[in-house]
Amino acid sequence: MAEYREYSYDVLIVGAGGAGLRAAIEAAASGVTVGVVTKSLLGKAHTVMAEGGVAAAMANVDDRDNWKVHFSDTMRGGQYLNNCRMAELHAREAPDRVRELESWGALFDRTKDGKILQRNFGGHRYPRLAHVGDRTGLEMIRTLQDHGIHQGMEVHMECTILTLLTDGGRISGAFGYDRERGHFMLWKAKSVVLCTGGIGRAYKISSNSWEYTGDGHSLAYHAGAELMDMEFVQFHPTGMVWPPSVAGILVTEGVRGEGGVLRNSEGKRFMFDDIPDLYKNQTADNEAEGWKYTQGDKNARRPPELLTRDHVARCINREVKAGRGSPHGGVFLDIAWIKQHIPNSEEHIKKKLPSMYHQFKQLADIDITKVPMEVGPTTHYMMGGVRVDGDTQMSTLPGLFAAGECAAGLHGANRLGGNSLSDLLVFGRRAGQYAAEFAKANKAPAVDAAQVDAAAKRSLVPFDRGMKGERPYQIQYDLQDKMQELVGIVRMESEMKEALEVIAKLHKREENVGVDGNRMYNNGWHTAMDLPNLLTVSEAITRAAILRQESRGAQFREDFQGKDPEWGKYNLVVKKSDSGMVVEKRPVAELSPDLKQIVEEMK
Amino acid sequence: MAQATFRIWRSNGTGGAFQDFKTEVSEGMVVLDAVHKIQAEQAGDLAVRWNCKAGKCGSCSAEINGMPRLMCMTRLNELPMDEPVTVEPMHAFPGIKDLVTDVSWNYEVKKKIKKFKPRKPDAADGTWRMQQADVDRVQEFRKCIECFLCQDVCHVLREHDKHDEFIGPRYLVYTAALEMHPLDTEDRLKDLKFDHGIGYCNITTCCRQVCPENITITENAIIPLKERVVDQYYDPLSMLFRMFTGK
Repeated sequence: MAEYREYSYDVLIVGAGGAGLRAAIEAAASGVTVGVVTKSLLGKAHTVMAEGGVAAAMANVDDRDNWKVHFSDTMRGGQYLNNCRMAELHAREAPDRVRELESWGALFDRTKDGKILQRNFGGHRYPRLAHVGDRTGLEMIRTLQDHGIHQGMEVHMECTILTLLTDGGRISGAFGYDRERGHFMLWKAKSVVLCTGGIGRAYKISSNSWEYTGDGHSLAYHAGAELMDMEFVQFHPTGMVWPPSVAGILVTEGVRGEGGVLRNSEGKRFMFDDIPDLYKNQTADNEAEGWKYTQGDKNARRPPELLTRDHVARCINREVKAGRGSPHGGVFLDIAWIKQHIPNSEEHIKKKLPSMYHQFKQLADIDITKVPMEVGPTTHYMMGGVRVDGDTQMSTLPGLFAAGECAAGLHGANRLGGNSLSDLLVFGRRAGQYAAEFAKANKAPAVDAAQVDAAAKRSLVPFDRGMKGERPYQIQYDLQDKMQELVGIVRMESEMKEALEVIAKLHKREENVGVDGNRMYNNGWHTAMDLPNLLTVSEAITRAAILRQESRGAQFREDFQGKDPEWGKYNLVVKKSDSGMVVEKRPVAELSPDLKQIVEEMK
Repeated sequence: MAQATFRIWRSNGTGGAFQDFKTEVSEGMVVLDAVHKIQAEQAGDLAVRWNCKAGKCGSCSAEINGMPRLMCMTRLNELPMDEPVTVEPMHAFPGIKDLVTDVSWNYEVKKKIKKFKPRKPDAADGTWRMQQADVDRVQEFRKCIECFLCQDVCHVLREHDKHDEFIGPRYLVYTAALEMHPLDTEDRLKDLKFDHGIGYCNITTCCRQVCPENITITENAIIPLKERVVDQYYDPLSMLFRMFTGK
């Protein structure tokens, strides 16, 4: 038997980003015991990096906004593969979730009449993003953290989950280890909420932190829950491209929201050349109108730089491939040009985009108030995740819930900027509420000692191999290189089939991984434990992307370039079977007549 | 590519020693890149805590050539590369392994500070109205990424080990953010004076100088709090008033 420390909670939350903390606050408020497990220190989760804002139709800046417009924007952005119930709940509830943050101490930027200020963002018809400069995620996570620590939750910092535990077809807890000291930990729980974020570390160029190794996706899959929409990986159009060591770090869409423009090496604003039909009515066809929009003119249409992320990323890709890129393989993002319109523009930019100013000054030695930035696409967000019920966020495994980036449904084929922070709040709260209800309604399950023992043994094998095995880091680098190259922004069946072969080979290498040293804060061991998760999600992404023979949202197929109405009828579901991973087509949830009418009216 | 030497502190929690690593470095690299390279190629179990690698999460705090800094935001081209670059863990906290320290004390301190308590909403719909000018001051404090470099450099904690009596600059800034929040109605002055040791701070401004977010910790947060404590407890008239009324 493995030695471990044992804890018991009604509800166990895995992950302490925005969704995890909001779920924990809600569950604790309903009177159940709550444990929170987080891979890093409290307050460091990936939410901290969100910059632009949180989308909520509060109509503080433009009174034409309401939940229906937000709903239809979200559906259009997701190319109608969204779980429409989630899109509806999200649009209806987001304003209350934002106001609630203010009552817990968040300090958003203000309008002149003292309300929460809202800014423009890609794909949102009206200014809708509540924000704090360009550090909205930090404000949000700190607010939730500072409120949450007084609500009675117990937080286990720097712990990794190795496996979820099940008892006769329902969840019974989780088993893992404490990263600092290497102790095994057993958390018994009546319900478990996965809030583990994304998968960006499966790619080489990524805006995501090291934590984003697809743990929740992989844990749920291996426990028997279904995943959905795994082919849809969002590449953010603007990441840093230089210097190499910081390539991928995010440059917020807020730069374009404040009037920043994209130019190629010929100085041309190439985004005007390619405006998709779905967005023609809402997009400016000249530079003057685009500028007016960014400055709050309600009668102006948005500049094409603020089209959806998938589209802008592909346009940048095209410019670079056509030889019209910047010196380091990106394009130019220029905010300094606004000096033509705004007196004292340098101070204005520093005030509106302080983190961006700081980031470029410090990491690239570039002053963005004076010269353009070089930017290119970076792996940013996973639309796919654990398949959940729209109202309760419960997965197909009873007692297992998921919220935030590791859950699927809200964003469909492509997420709009700003819809992630609101997703965390709306569905974090719902998952916490329903996980607590599930815990109250069900008896404590039994923990199967054999499951615990098997996971413990498996995790220690790399130490037995020691330096005779292969070091884990190179395996991760090789996976990242190949996913970037073969399952990236532009996809082809032949390349993706090659990726499957590569993943199978990497699996073999992973089975021979060895680490030196002991279990005390051993990054080598931690990386070895992350590898199976990365390989699982990479396989799921690739298999789903091969099956979907069309281009829609974030998925662009060189060999199937158009959107196919037939494929618009299906989501792809990934699940584990005796013969390995299977991908199935499932009909998209049908819109109710009222929702259908909203979508039609707003087209 | 050029070669450089990194002199990194290795420890299993007790004792420890510097170990030199030579590695190739290239343009634009930061200290954290070099540490990762050494970890991947030479010392697989080298312990380093990091997260976002973009200066936003405050996980990779360390002392680089003796200065408390974020490893992810320290470019090699600002260091003299003809001599070894020393990388040590923060000194004000107990070591766990190599560059990783036990910072859990900070999280315990925060729980002791009275939480945000807003005034009643201003509008019938349960919302408040605040002017940007009133919010600006507190937004500066809320930029804090909790890297704890200010705690690390503070001599009250670092040299005098007053962790039981003094909450340190990070939590004075945190308290200032609450006290100056336009909506907050709680009173934390008594705690500041009697339990949180604000008197220990003798405004040497070391904390402000190492803050990666450039928060004006001493002048904008700590001094105003000290003034409020002085007004409350050391004003001669109110001292007399208290003496006679027993309040």
